[in-house]
Amino acid sequence: MSTRQLLLFGGIALAILSMSYGLWYAVFAEHQALDDIGMSLTSGFQAAAQRNPTDAEKALLQYRQAKYNYDRQVDVHGHWLGLSMLLIVLALAADQISISEKSKRLLASCLILGCVLFPLGVLMEIWSNGPFPRAVAIAGSALVLASLAGIVLGVLRRSDP
Amino acid sequence: MLKSSESLKFRPRRLAIENNMPSWPQPIYLTPKVSDFTLYRSLQDREFFGACACSGQEHFHSRLTLMSTPESSMAVTVGFAPLSPRRLLTLAGIGMILVGMVFGDIFAVFVLHQNAARVGAGLAAAAQAAQAGDSAAVAEHFKSTGDFLENRGTKVDAHVHLIAFGYLALLLALVQPWVSLSESAGRRLAWLFIFGGVLLPVGVFLIHYVGLGYSPLQAIGWASIFADLGGLLVLLVTIAYLAGIIRHFRANRPALSDQLLRDRSTPARWLLAGGLTLVLLGILHGSYYAGVDLYKHEAADYTILSEMSSGAAAQDSSKINQALADYGQLQGDKAVKIAAHAHVIEFGLLAMLVAFFQPYVQLAEVWKRRWAATMLLGSLLLPVCVLLEMRFGLIAGGVADIGGLLVIVALLAMWIGILRYTGNIDSIAKGSHS
Repeated sequence: MSTRQLLLFGGIALAILSMSYGLWYAVFAEHQALDDIGMSLTSGFQAAAQRNPTDAEKALLQYRQAKYNYDRQVDVHGHWLGLSMLLIVLALAADQISISEKSKRLLASCLILGCVLFPLGVLMEIWSNGPFPRAVAIAGSALVLASLAGIVLGVLRRSDP
Repeated sequence: MLKSSESLKFRPRRLAIENNMPSWPQPIYLTPKVSDFTLYRSLQDREFFGACACSGQEHFHSRLTLMSTPESSMAVTVGFAPLSPRRLLTLAGIGMILVGMVFGDIFAVFVLHQNAARVGAGLAAAAQAAQAGDSAAVAEHFKSTGDFLENRGTKVDAHVHLIAFGYLALLLALVQPWVSLSESAGRRLAWLFIFGGVLLPVGVFLIHYVGLGYSPLQAIGWASIFADLGGLLVLLVTIAYLAGIIRHFRANRPALSDQLLRDRSTPARWLLAGGLTLVLLGILHGSYYAGVDLYKHEAADYTILSEMSSGAAAQDSSKINQALADYGQLQGDKAVKIAAHAHVIEFGLLAMLVAFFQPYVQLAEVWKRRWAATMLLGSLLLPVCVLLEMRFGLIAGGVADIGGLLVIVALLAMWIGILRYTGNIDSIAKGSHS
């Protein structure tokens, strides 16, 4: 499989994954999540109005968790889609990256892996507060940054007019 | 004008089309591979020439005769015939991005700040109601704050999705040579994509106004249902195009050469390298934000609201006021950092995408360079000035808006250039059939 095919298939597959995920989230989870955020915040202040700091604290903790989850779900959808578009554009620009085909394929593979792992790590943070999901997200974004920097150098190096 | 028989010989490929059309600012280049591609597509796809300018009209020439019509008309109509999937997706894609950007600018200038002030006022009123021990008023104020947030959120979503679908349309336009589907199927899919791509943002925009009226569901209203339907259509079209690409590669068809992907002009190179650099800068900034600010911001969001709530329970006005001021500051800091990150990447992607369409932009070379430079300048100016808004306030905000305007004007100029191109190839195609 050539670099172009690799990036093209990777990009479109990631776009489909992102849109399917976004559609599922919009239909089955988003409205409930937003209701949860609004209701827990209201409950917290209503408890404060009733001079009940324990309930207020409990409700605000629930708000914190609901917002934490919501932000990650939306971020994952947005980042997967954005990165998939980057992959497709780079597939089309593959001829303009002036490095060997082998290096190009290596950079493309690292980029695709990073594009999958980085949002996946963010998504995993919903289920686990441990260091593993954060490590996956950091590793993913490092892969994206390093491979993209290599591609930028390849494009800037291009000598033919 | 070339004679019919000459067009199949692949003689010297630089065609001085400006001889026929003196108003054209630049010559069109045709390589043998473009012609090969035309022939190849016409053989594998019976409907390829069905999209000519005289659509619906009976031809008295054989397919081969049509292939040997003057090379100029053949060259320029390759893949960009009227109502071809590529043309539909290109024009609609740039149109969607333009509308999304203009909508975003109008929203930023006339709605965003006013709405943020209302949200802040609603939160302050809720905290004061809690301080006064009025639970019912707390719920009322949060309900109105929720309405303001929904109003803001749906408008941001409409802006973001319209632009994202515009990008996706341009990407799908670019991959058309690899999509092994009939011309009519590709065209229907393109129309379906445009319909879905417009339906989703329009539906999302209407969510705030339609609400749950007459809805069969408890949590989702009709506007939301139609928005989701739009998203589903876009998803299905993308899957269908992917199936077409897989079919192409599985059939081991010869490598295609596309005029758009071979362009090495100066504006195209500026846009590609500049756009890629912007994307890299945006991802670097995002990584910095995630590492340094994100978790701090999330913790502060909870801590400040907790302070506000405990201040209300203790009837401590100064604590509430301090928490409200801190909360406003936090939201502002978060908003500008996320907006700068998102915009620099979006503009970088846009610059890379329009780099490929430069051969279709029928403007003088010097103007193509100017518009490319204008787009890159605006793409850098907006996110940088958005970041500076917390320090320099409205002045930085105003310059950021000018940056956004530069991008819109440059994109509009390129769109007009593409429209001029389509107008000219249509008139050539009509001339060759008359």
